[in-house]
Amino acid sequence: MSGEASSARMIATLTVAGLASGLLLVGVYEITKPIIEANNAAALERAVFQVLPGTTSMEPIVERDGALAIGSGSKDEEELDTIYLGRDSAGTITGYAIPWQGTGFQDVIKLIYGYHPARGVVVGMEILESMETPGLGDKIFKDASFLANFEALAVEPTIVPVANGAKTEPHQVDCITGATISSKAVVKIINGGNEHWLGLLPEGDPWGARPEAPEPTPEPTEPTP
Amino acid sequence: MSDLNSSARAYTEFAKGIWKENPVFVQVLGMCPMLAVTNTAINAVAMGAATLFVLVGSSFLVSLLRNYIPKQVRISTYIVIIATFVTVIDYVLKAAAPEVHRDLGAFIALIVVNCLILGRQEAFASRNTVKMAVADALGMSAGFAFALLCLGGVREILGSGSLFGISLFGPNFEPWVVMILPPGGFIMLGLILFFFSWLEQRARDRRARAALEGGA
Repeated sequence: MSGEASSARMIATLTVAGLASGLLLVGVYEITKPIIEANNAAALERAVFQVLPGTTSMEPIVERDGALAIGSGSKDEEELDTIYLGRDSAGTITGYAIPWQGTGFQDVIKLIYGYHPARGVVVGMEILESMETPGLGDKIFKDASFLANFEALAVEPTIVPVANGAKTEPHQVDCITGATISSKAVVKIINGGNEHWLGLLPEGDPWGARPEAPEPTPEPTEPTP
Repeated sequence: MSDLNSSARAYTEFAKGIWKENPVFVQVLGMCPMLAVTNTAINAVAMGAATLFVLVGSSFLVSLLRNYIPKQVRISTYIVIIATFVTVIDYVLKAAAPEVHRDLGAFIALIVVNCLILGRQEAFASRNTVKMAVADALGMSAGFAFALLCLGGVREILGSGSLFGISLFGPNFEPWVVMILPPGGFIMLGLILFFFSWLEQRARDRRARAALEGGA
């Protein structure tokens, strides 16, 4: 270590360090990637089953240029171009699970909610990601009585947040005392998701009967011109 | 140096990190994760474990390679080594414990800039044998984890009325929400630093008095 090292030696040291580090990271990435993807898929599936009570199978539905088709869309979660169709064991549609996001009190709130088209109600809601204040804003996913608002919530004419205990209509949501901003944010996100998706959802069940075995999602054949 | 001596010294290097040179209470290093992730005890433990992995791995490697790294590029080499370990633990946590990873969020990646880690490489691992470097790293991370746990435990008990997620006081407890918010972290850290300095001061006074009485 004593004395001046030559430039070549310095460059060599850093090159070797960078190469070794890169190789190691590629290895770790390759090993952990399938596990991480499986975790994410399992978390999504759990969330879909959670917000659509009675669901036993799900299919992704993607929006391209205003039309819906079965198949998964962009892998990028920010794209919000994919929703999930849930069916119960008899093959009846239990609803659509719609991921949507919007600004909360601290940062973006990402959530997924279940919408039952025939009944016209939201049937469940789960927060996927939020940085809301621990102890106050995080009640949007920890407070059972707030979550109960979303078990049969009418979407017409629009969902309205009201002060805690003031809920009288099926389209109203009781806000959490002390976390009004977070509660209103959740309602606003669901309204935003509804505005985008509800007009696109078809009536009835045009998706065909549920396949016997869950088929692998077909790759999109070609981009819509 | 005989084996016995070397083991005794390794033990000393290990033990100093826990109390006498505790990275948080004495050196006041690593304040960012200390304040940011200690709103629950479990987060504190996970952060402590991640830091332990990175610090022990980096110290081992830096000490092993200390004679091959030209001193002009040593800091950059240390950073590459540290960043590699941090990225490894980041992926591993994401795969093995996604919930923990979600709670700790960006603070796992920010272990790279924890001064505790680079500090130990520069001050210790680059000048000592592998055995001593690992002993020192183990001691420092244990001390860091101990400090995180002190703060995380107290904040979770007061702020959520639970410890490791187990409710302690029943439903009638009104949690001090401020304790799990950032100001609670600062307040509690101040109190804990005060408490440990007071203990240290008291021990020093007692030693001084004993020396005085012994001399008289």
